[in-house]
Amino acid sequence: MAVTTAQPTRPPSGATPTPGGRRSRGATSGIHGSRWTPYLFLSPFLLLFITFVAVPGVLGIWISLHDWDFLLPNKPFVGMQNYADLLDSGSPQFQPFWNGMKATAIFVVISVPFLVVLPLLLAILLNRKFPGRTFFRAVFFAPFVLGVAVVGLMWRYLLDPSFGMVNGLLGALGLPSDTAWTTEQPWAWISLAAVTVWWTIGFNAVIYLAGLADIPAEHYEAAEIDGATSWQKLRYITIPGLRPVLIFVVVTTVLASANMFGQSYLITKGGPGDSTRTAIMEITDLGLSQYRMGQASAMSYVLAVFLALVSLVNFWALREKKS
Amino acid sequence: MKRRNGPLFWIGMGALSLIFIGPLLLVLLTAFKSASESRTVPPTYFPSQPSLRAFDVLFFQDAASPVLRWFLNSMLAATMHAALVLVVCSLAGYALARMEFRFKNAIFTAIILTLFVPGFIFLMPNFLLLDKLGWLDQIWALVVPGAAGAFGVFFMRQFFLGLPKELEESARLDGASPFRTWRSIVLPNAKPALVTLGVLSYLANWNDFIWPIYVLFSPERLTLPAGLSRLQGAYTIDYPVVMAGAMLAAIPVLALYVFVQRYVIEGVASSGVKG
Repeated sequence: MAVTTAQPTRPPSGATPTPGGRRSRGATSGIHGSRWTPYLFLSPFLLLFITFVAVPGVLGIWISLHDWDFLLPNKPFVGMQNYADLLDSGSPQFQPFWNGMKATAIFVVISVPFLVVLPLLLAILLNRKFPGRTFFRAVFFAPFVLGVAVVGLMWRYLLDPSFGMVNGLLGALGLPSDTAWTTEQPWAWISLAAVTVWWTIGFNAVIYLAGLADIPAEHYEAAEIDGATSWQKLRYITIPGLRPVLIFVVVTTVLASANMFGQSYLITKGGPGDSTRTAIMEITDLGLSQYRMGQASAMSYVLAVFLALVSLVNFWALREKKS
Repeated sequence: MKRRNGPLFWIGMGALSLIFIGPLLLVLLTAFKSASESRTVPPTYFPSQPSLRAFDVLFFQDAASPVLRWFLNSMLAATMHAALVLVVCSLAGYALARMEFRFKNAIFTAIILTLFVPGFIFLMPNFLLLDKLGWLDQIWALVVPGAAGAFGVFFMRQFFLGLPKELEESARLDGASPFRTWRSIVLPNAKPALVTLGVLSYLANWNDFIWPIYVLFSPERLTLPAGLSRLQGAYTIDYPVVMAGAMLAAIPVLALYVFVQRYVIEGVASSGVKG
């Protein structure tokens, strides 16, 4: 008990180094404390990190090497069979998996250009000085604080082909009012991409705005003196100045779109047919509804490797142009 | 940049605002309609006979869908999750920002690397872990696993690195222990970062969809997003009820957002610039 008593007169340990081990741990003080102090600060996080990130990351590979049915007692080791099945057009996993990969790829390709460019235009607009700027920024960001469940349920109603208000408003404007937004292609893809833009535009816009604030105003002033047009200023000052931010936005947006799940789960229910059943829908349905976790884990690692490759290509492509 | 913003600019701003807020208002108005009015062609925008029927059905008529219970579950899970993230990440972030120890760089690198690993990798193995822990269909399934994310630790570490060291030095000279320094000097000065991380964690947990729909099973254990998606039953959907439910999930976060939008937006912006 004596060790815990404070000793106000002793010199701070940092100023007078004391031989290690001589003093009890409780009496040691200072920013560094005893040598165990940092680990004590880290331990709650590390416990969670090891349990729910490090171990599962490896456990997932282990699962993928088994015929792992959650509901069956036997989970026989099958080696690389689950992976081989994904490449074998005769296996039952082949068609649903590649259909999901294709749907995910389509969604990435059609949504990412809009999710990268439209927020940039919005950010350039919001970067001008005008009264109420913070207010408008908050308004455009607002949908992003909603969850995908709210966004999906509300747009499923608004986009309903027969009584939805999107068709209602188009009809009121004299435009075709019978578009099958959720039940026919390509409208289903267009709807999913548009809803995603509506939902997340504020996120990328805010990231661009932070990047725009770092571009010195003198660059624009100098360009104006030289008589540069708006387009030239965008092309030669704004975009080069935003390059690091742009790389971040492209890479994270591709990953976010490749993770698309809730929108098609709620708005198109994977349809029409299984055309909007994304890879994530396929994986969760197989692994967490049908509990065939071995096959589903193998699929998730294949998808992860694909995404890592795509991210590397993005980094590389966006860096190259610099020279 | 002396250009004045003309009327065209303001019309554009107004139109854009309408695109972002209008759909929410249409959905809110739908919640006050009768089931049949929600399906008229062409649709009405304002309810012809506004009623609270949808809210009555939502809250009181359907015993299989205890919506108030879902609301409380969501609130409790999000609060506990945000509190856990704050404690765990401000402790670990402080050690990584201010202390020297063996394996510091290795630990930090390992944490940061996981920022690049897509979350769906962890779905199946974490489901199995929760099963072993007896946490399936329990609130812990929502509260704990998500708190192991790298973002919070990284965010707090960056903030602590930016704090001046002098305050901590003087506390040290006064003989305060590291824990005491952290608790009574560092944390009070980290309020903006704690608010930002707390709100972002709360929102993420409140809005989470893919995880609760697979780890919760009993109707009375569901969160609001997971429960609402089940309201969209097989038979014809009572849209005013579903829209009322969507608004029940949306309004608390929108209200929170109105008060802390600066923290939310700046937190998001900093994640992009520093990340």
